[in-house]
Amino acid sequence: MKLGAFEELVLLAVGSLGDEAYGVAIKETLQQKIGKNPSIGALHSALYRLEDKGCVTSEEGGATTERGGRRKKFYKLTAYGITMLEEANQLRMEFARQVPGLNLSTE
Amino acid sequence: MAASKNQRPPKSADKLLSWFVKDDLLDEILGDLSEYYLELADRPKWKRSLFYWFHVLHFLRPFALKRFIRSNSNYTTMFKHYFKISWRNLLRNKGYSLINIGGLAAGMTVAILISLWIYDELSFNKYHKNYDTIAKVYRTNKFDSFASTVHAPGLASVLKTDYGDFFEDVALVRARLEERVIAVGEKKFSQSGYFMQDGGPQILTLDMKYGSQTGLKEMNSIMLSSSLAGKLFGEADPVGEMVTMDATTSLQVTGVYEDLPKNTEFSEASYLAPAELYVNGWTTLNVWDNYFTYIYLQIKPEHSFDEISATIAEAMMPHVDEETAESEPRIFLQPMSQWHLYSEFENGTPVTSQRLKAVWYNGIIGAFVLLLACINFMNLSTARSEKRAKEVGILKALGSHRSQLIQQFFGESMLVTLLAFIVAIFLVVLTLPWFNVVAAKAMVFPWTNPLFWLAVLSIVLATGLLAGSYPALFLSSLNAVKVLKGTFKAGRLASLPRKVLVVIQFTVSISLIIGTLVVYQQLEYAKNRPVGYSREGLISLRSASKEFKGKYLVLRNELKQTGMVEEIAQANYSVTDTRGWNGGFAWHGEKYEQTFNTIFVTYEYGKTVGLQFVDGRDFSRDITSDKSGIIINESAAKLFALENPVGEELTWQDRGSYTILGVVKDMVKGSPYEPTDPSVMFLGEFDMSWLYIRLNPDVSTHEALPKIRDVFAKLTPATPFDYTFADEAYALKFAEEERIGKLGFVFAGLAILISCMGLLGLSAFVAEQRIREIGIRKVLGASVANLWQMLSKDFVVLVVISCLVAMPLAWYFMDRWLDSFVYRSTISWSVFAITGAIALLITLATVSFQAIKAATADPVKSLRTE
Repeated sequence: MKLGAFEELVLLAVGSLGDEAYGVAIKETLQQKIGKNPSIGALHSALYRLEDKGCVTSEEGGATTERGGRRKKFYKLTAYGITMLEEANQLRMEFARQVPGLNLSTE
Repeated sequence: MAASKNQRPPKSADKLLSWFVKDDLLDEILGDLSEYYLELADRPKWKRSLFYWFHVLHFLRPFALKRFIRSNSNYTTMFKHYFKISWRNLLRNKGYSLINIGGLAAGMTVAILISLWIYDELSFNKYHKNYDTIAKVYRTNKFDSFASTVHAPGLASVLKTDYGDFFEDVALVRARLEERVIAVGEKKFSQSGYFMQDGGPQILTLDMKYGSQTGLKEMNSIMLSSSLAGKLFGEADPVGEMVTMDATTSLQVTGVYEDLPKNTEFSEASYLAPAELYVNGWTTLNVWDNYFTYIYLQIKPEHSFDEISATIAEAMMPHVDEETAESEPRIFLQPMSQWHLYSEFENGTPVTSQRLKAVWYNGIIGAFVLLLACINFMNLSTARSEKRAKEVGILKALGSHRSQLIQQFFGESMLVTLLAFIVAIFLVVLTLPWFNVVAAKAMVFPWTNPLFWLAVLSIVLATGLLAGSYPALFLSSLNAVKVLKGTFKAGRLASLPRKVLVVIQFTVSISLIIGTLVVYQQLEYAKNRPVGYSREGLISLRSASKEFKGKYLVLRNELKQTGMVEEIAQANYSVTDTRGWNGGFAWHGEKYEQTFNTIFVTYEYGKTVGLQFVDGRDFSRDITSDKSGIIINESAAKLFALENPVGEELTWQDRGSYTILGVVKDMVKGSPYEPTDPSVMFLGEFDMSWLYIRLNPDVSTHEALPKIRDVFAKLTPATPFDYTFADEAYALKFAEEERIGKLGFVFAGLAILISCMGLLGLSAFVAEQRIREIGIRKVLGASVANLWQMLSKDFVVLVVISCLVAMPLAWYFMDRWLDSFVYRSTISWSVFAITGAIALLITLATVSFQAIKAATADPVKSLRTE
């Protein structure tokens, strides 16, 4: 099973947020990193798919007033999710190395 | 910060969201959304609402949508299960499914095409809103066997004035499509149209695009069909514009009507002009001695056609001359609904028309082809029933009711029929243009006609029920215990119905092939019949009008001077007519009982028509005594029973004696299927109502016709130049048989194709069933030829039986069909030999395909599993 490009970004965001990965937070992270503003619908759809594929698990958190008394749903990267990310990254790196003149240094 | 009113997201958006989003996702989504809304606090309210709505609507995605169609009912689950099983069965046996669906689709295509054709025939003229009250005037008389529709225009006036109370309207129409050149400026088109009295467009309820239906009131007016108006004027409203007819007459356009559909009487007309214009300058619409008009009328709803027919029957009598009155002309009304299919008359009474017969023939053939396809389906499903039997056993053991199994099997056959139906619709749309050409029609696929869909779907339903009945009723009755123990064997008897069906299938196919061959043979036979004169380049026209009197020689001179004409002649009857019978001939005082077809002709008749002399010579203007000479044909010579007819003298009634100058070959004058008449030709001068022109073979007809027309326009201006080509008129006699032959050919081909598809499926099944037997035989030393013979034999026997059933059957019916022709071919044994050979060859080819495949297979593969 392969990850879609947007799914991969969402998965990265979930992983980087650690314990604080819930809908709006993920959306903000994505906005900061890639400068695009995804619709909440698209984000939820991707999260739903990722959960389906087993890349993330979810857990309900406490209710807060700023959410109109509704619970947050926190997402967590699973071991499988990490493998998927690694695989995706490896594939990309391997591929990129074969492209002459591509600068692969990070930082 | 307290959630002030300002900070609450739009309620309607939330409401919408909670309506379409799954309940278990709703909480999280609403939470995220309202948090997002708060973050937008520094934006103007309308912007916040807009953003909010944007995000809400982005939840219209499959993952979030509620499932509105609840599917937790047992029934839907059950049907879904049936569907799944049926679908898997179809996919597992791709070959069988293909044969089933393909065969059924072919059968349905034929059935739908034929239904469309029949519908088109039955709905002829229904386009007109006054369909139920329109009639055409017909006339019978004592001497003619047919009923005529061409009347003297005086009759219309009498009907209008003396019997006007019966009718809404009466309109006379020139009894022929008139070809005219219609021009606007440089645009010139040769067009056919009708000259019609005012009242005609109203009776026919023409659908006016521009102008009104009363456009034929003024003499110098013309109404154009929408397509002609488009060609002349483009899209603009042409009412009031002028057009020129034949470069001489200026006519004002008074209306444009929508083109009449092809299945209407007047569809070939692209313009309508006033009848008054047609007769202008040479006759009037009150004459009684010139027959050139049809009369159409619309009756008042309170009267009936029969009642009026009875009243007006003798309407002509007070107005016609004595001679005509003697023939007792009687008129009657023929309702519009009868025109197309019920307007053939013999001896004054209606007979089953060729068209109606064609409707029947085609309907029967269509039903048969569909039946063949159903048989395929039944055969293949019963053949496979042994395999399905285990499934039935298990289902029953698990507690299925019999009714549920019946449902399942019917469902399966419905699925197949429905798939076939979809393919059939596709095929119909593809083949309709071709079918239109063959059937000379302009049928369109009735996508929007609910009646059509209703009819077609009931055919599908009936087919599905018929085709699925055997597996549904038989398989569902099996005893679960027996089936599962393996003691169920479909025995010898089980394949009997299958064999019977195959025999029926091939009987029908073989009969159709024989029928088609016989039709073609008869057609060829009649076409090749020697006709005794030459049709090519021969023009005939009526010269009954008084204008022709005494002008024969002048006409002949003038016509020959144009260089377009080889010879002309006159006769008192048409060369394609068999009227004029007289007795009273005697030879040396010995009277002949028989009557002879007596024709009066001019000197040049033999040369013009191209009579073929077997003995003696033609009339000659140089020999005075020829005035009392006669020419007889071979049939007459036989009846006169003279050893050497040329030079013999015969007396005729009290007219004196005549010398036989020559004997000619028999002429085929009437139907090419009837026997020829014994004819005697005299020289005559009077009452020569037919004129024949032999065109100069060195000039083209295109060149010749206008020049000939000019001569007639000069010498007989008061008579329309209504010519017919003898060869065209003759060819028309075969049109109907040719159509039957062509369609029959296609349908017979399809029938045999469908039957073979069934055979292919069955042979595959048998080969599969006996695969181990074949393996063992092979191991023990059977050759491929042996095995091939073993597998093919059963089917060949069935086809031979079909041949034996079909041949006498087809012979009986086709012989009866041929009996309707007097000049008929005999069905030669070669037809049966050819058909039998074709059937056997096709069968062998079909069966061998599977048989050889099975026989050449590696026996190890089939045996190692045991």
